[in-house]
Amino acid sequence: MIKGESRSHPGAPASGSTRHNPIPRKPAKSWWKRWGEETFTAYLFLLPSFLVFAVFTFFPVIFSLVICFYRWNLPHQPVYIGLDNFKWLFTDPIDAPAFRQSVFNSFYYALGGIPLNMAISLLLARFLNRQLRGVVLFRTVSFLPTITSTVAVSVVWMWIYHPADYGLLNSLLLKLGLSPQSWLRDPHLAMPALIAMGIWKGMGYNVIIFLAGLQNIPSRLYEAAEIDGAGGWTKFWKITWPLLGPTTFYIMVISVINSLKAFAQMHVMTQGGPLGRTTTIVYYLYQQAFETFRMGKASAVAAVLFALLLVLTFIQFKVVGSRVHYD
Amino acid sequence: MTSRVELRSATRPRLLRRPREAAFAIFWYVFLSCAAIVVMMPYIWMISTSLKGTEEIFTYPPTWIPREWHFHNYVDAWNAAPFGRYFFNSLFVAVIVTAGQLITCSLAAYAFARMEFKGKNVAFTLFLSTTMISAQVTLIPSYLLLKELGWLDTYMALTVPFLASAFGIFMLRQAFMTIPQDLEDAAKMDGCGRLRFLVQVILPLTKPMLASQALFAFMGNWNSYLWPLIVTTSKHLRTLQVGLRYFVGQEGGTQWGVFMAATVFVSVPVVLFYFLVQKSFVEGIALTGIRG
Repeated sequence: MIKGESRSHPGAPASGSTRHNPIPRKPAKSWWKRWGEETFTAYLFLLPSFLVFAVFTFFPVIFSLVICFYRWNLPHQPVYIGLDNFKWLFTDPIDAPAFRQSVFNSFYYALGGIPLNMAISLLLARFLNRQLRGVVLFRTVSFLPTITSTVAVSVVWMWIYHPADYGLLNSLLLKLGLSPQSWLRDPHLAMPALIAMGIWKGMGYNVIIFLAGLQNIPSRLYEAAEIDGAGGWTKFWKITWPLLGPTTFYIMVISVINSLKAFAQMHVMTQGGPLGRTTTIVYYLYQQAFETFRMGKASAVAAVLFALLLVLTFIQFKVVGSRVHYD
Repeated sequence: MTSRVELRSATRPRLLRRPREAAFAIFWYVFLSCAAIVVMMPYIWMISTSLKGTEEIFTYPPTWIPREWHFHNYVDAWNAAPFGRYFFNSLFVAVIVTAGQLITCSLAAYAFARMEFKGKNVAFTLFLSTTMISAQVTLIPSYLLLKELGWLDTYMALTVPFLASAFGIFMLRQAFMTIPQDLEDAAKMDGCGRLRFLVQVILPLTKPMLASQALFAFMGNWNSYLWPLIVTTSKHLRTLQVGLRYFVGQEGGTQWGVFMAATVFVSVPVVLFYFLVQKSFVEGIALTGIRG
């Protein structure tokens, strides 16, 4: 799997090593010198990273699979209850609908903006894929929202979405003769408002990935199409769109994964409200674990989230492979 | 894995000879200018509000350029919460994590790129598998673990879990593999050990990759929110992001001039930093697909 350098194995016959080593060979080295030292040093080099992964990734994953089966309401001691946490999650008359809603909200947030997100990003990337003055400047500007922290961005957008007439968005609506909205306090508009902010924030990243994809398409394809008399529209649908397929799919999967993990914007802007309409899976998990301190139930939620993310990440890895090889 | 991506246009520059091309160029600039204004609008609105007095903030229709300039919003915001402390915390934690990641990643990447040892494939797969596990999933067990260790509400909780990065190891490994083996053989003959070769030869030769790796680590940590939110309880350990959230949350949401001033000084340092290093940042993202 690993493409190592094409040098001879230390344990290989002497003919291989003379290539690098013109000096006459010394008498046979000990096993330790030839083999053990390299393995030992290698593992020594891996040790610091491994310790961190072991304690803060591998152990927590296993531990969380254990906690799922316990009722663990801090500060009380854990009690083994078998699959009751999952039963509660899927069948409890009060909590199951709340959990279902959080799953729905997560997917609403993750998928709701995708078509618009893709269209805007691709359009901008197409515009930027030219050698004219100002491309670099615009690329820099469009990337600003991505590097600004979600908390800072959320505070600004809370102010933009302010429900009064003097809120920026409402004042624009009033100017256009439309009625003002309460945005983040409106159960039907809160999630679309978060999605719109998400598109604004993630656009710069998508544009850069699309741009890289566009530049991987050989220009001779376009030249050949031009000779055959193809117009701009035909060239887009017959060359750009199919060849950009893997890139588009990659951006889609990455957007969905990142959206499913989103937390800060909900915590800053809506606290999961109004009427639980912006309580996503991660936010629900946070409420269970760190507001009511029900660690077992929250771990069951985490297990469901883990399964979802694992499937998506697996797809992403598959796509990364094809994205790299397609040209 | 990937070839180096050049973020330049594939089409060759042409002189704007024909009127059709000139018309297109004008359309192009108008469209992109509009897009740039839309993208920048929240920032302009933030700065504009941060300079307004309370009365002007609550008037309709809103103004883009303040009639009276209230710079004292910035002073008020800075004094209303321990923002100096928050800045120190964020910077301290991000620097420790970045430096620590560069050290652990360089060592592991060297082993994977330039050494042969038993179990290499297994170890590499194991390390890469950590990228499939997101922090949201291990949040609860990690929290309980830190609680047991007595690390909650300490700098340890904010730094130690992030001292390794599988993405970093993977990227540095790619860079380290490009150093010719002859160089290492020659160094070895002169009695240079592996660690010294890594520090004195490989690291200086792979500076661009190290720089972009450092950038990702720093930005990712600086902007992180959920983890510092749950592992810190005392005010003096809050990072800038958590501090800003509590500052805006506690006031009942009316002092928008002061809130925007606080948001300006939370976000502007990162924006300035980004302008300084944006080229390597953008190229790094195109190259690796990692978001900061």
